[in-house]
Amino acid sequence: MKFSTLQQIIEMCSADQVTIGELMLREQVRETGKSREETFKQMKDYYAIMKEAVHRGIHEPVPSRSGLTGGDAVRVHEFMTSGVPALGEEACTALAYALSVSEVNASMGRIVATPTAGSCGIIPGVFVSTQQRYGWDDDDMVMGLFSAGAIGYVIANNSFISGAEGGCQAEVGSAIGMAAGALTELRGGTPEQAVHAVGLALKNSLGLICDPVGGLVEIPCIVRNGFGAVTALAASDMAMAGVRSVIPSDEVIDVMLEVGTAMPSKHRETAKGGLAQTPTGKKILRDLYGKDGKRVREKGAKQ
Amino acid sequence: MRFKDVFSIIGPSMVGPSSSHTAGAVRIGRAARRIFGAFPEEAEIIFYGSFAETYRGHGTDLAVVGGLMDYDTDDMRIRSSIELAEAAGMKLTFKTAQNVAFHPNTVMLKLKDGQREDTIAGASIGGGSVEMLRVNGFDVKFTMNYPVLLVFHDDVPGMVAHIARILEGGGVNIAYMDVDRKGRGGDAITVVESDEVVPASLIAHIEGLESVRRVVFADLTSKEGQS
Repeated sequence: MKFSTLQQIIEMCSADQVTIGELMLREQVRETGKSREETFKQMKDYYAIMKEAVHRGIHEPVPSRSGLTGGDAVRVHEFMTSGVPALGEEACTALAYALSVSEVNASMGRIVATPTAGSCGIIPGVFVSTQQRYGWDDDDMVMGLFSAGAIGYVIANNSFISGAEGGCQAEVGSAIGMAAGALTELRGGTPEQAVHAVGLALKNSLGLICDPVGGLVEIPCIVRNGFGAVTALAASDMAMAGVRSVIPSDEVIDVMLEVGTAMPSKHRETAKGGLAQTPTGKKILRDLYGKDGKRVREKGAKQ
Repeated sequence: MRFKDVFSIIGPSMVGPSSSHTAGAVRIGRAARRIFGAFPEEAEIIFYGSFAETYRGHGTDLAVVGGLMDYDTDDMRIRSSIELAEAAGMKLTFKTAQNVAFHPNTVMLKLKDGQREDTIAGASIGGGSVEMLRVNGFDVKFTMNYPVLLVFHDDVPGMVAHIARILEGGGVNIAYMDVDRKGRGGDAITVVESDEVVPASLIAHIEGLESVRRVVFADLTSKEGQS
């Protein structure tokens, strides 16, 4: 790619008078030698898989393989339709959708890594709910995914996107930044505003550790995806309102690298610290694997 | 750049629950299967770092074996791959080990059949992207985002030039290249990641070179829809 920072993305978009999504699509075509149509279609196929996962867990509970989680998306969705959610219906829909996709993931169902599977609920939650609300068509959303991809590409190459390398900030944090920036662009924000949304969002997840209970992508990952979708909406609203990330977003990405590098191994997806090592976390681990470390419980393994 | 394109960020389409511990592990297993070049009758699977700590919860064991069965990252058979592999006659052993020099998500695979044994290690670097790190004692670096050619040869002058000329003659552009040897004049390896699929005729040509012991071509790009 011809860009490696968010600032370069802004400059290239400005020079060519294109959106971040269009820039990413053009660069991808140039880099791979594949046609624009084929490249666009692959992203459109991915969006279809995301929508399928959004809808799968909303009406019927999807239990995880361990049996520890599942059904929270249904709970939130039912509460939203029967109660008065503090978030309002729109943000609550994003929350329910993000939970649904993450629950499908925990069941070993089919999802798209955005940028990872641990953070796969945030972008679909934000995209599918805002598409319904603003009336965008699928092709708009596909361009939004290219925009999210450009932002993620910069984060991944200047910092990290895996919990084992940089903690949860690298996974859920990156996904929130990508969703916030892409949503801002979909709403008609400028590339500058989209990049501010990225920085605003990333600052809110700096330092978040990866501490999966039992080593499973369930607790706390699923609820963090729900929170993440709501945070992305908030960051986008701030950027659209003209709020700026005073520390430039590229510098915030560097901070994520600094913080993640300093993070002890026990807080980077090894399940040796954090929530995983609480008395309850340890009990769950014992219940799951027993003393000999063999799988003793395998609920919901059939589909 | 560790991540080369938009589909290494948005994607892959995959079976959950973890892109690094499931999808990346499938790709490492599948890369090893393609390098080995056959159904492995025996597979010893050694997990390091975070893989060693959490492989059961993430289904990393199912994922690696799914890869050894040549499944793609979104193949629903991954959920029962161990059962399916054993039914097909694959003898599986799982181990964990420590090596601080390795990336936190590394797996080493020792694959065997009646004729051959290959030891292949790869790391899952996030979002389903992988870096292959070792092949039969050689330090290597390739990603499976491109078709890859592994040439095992003697460390003699001109080998890299020979390989490059043959590829040039066939219109194959070299994207990345990596060379390692076990000692001066000893065993060596040249790894070429190319923009195009390397035709069988060129592979045969390289196999025919004096000092070349073995040529492996592995390509996960076309079926997976990766760039």
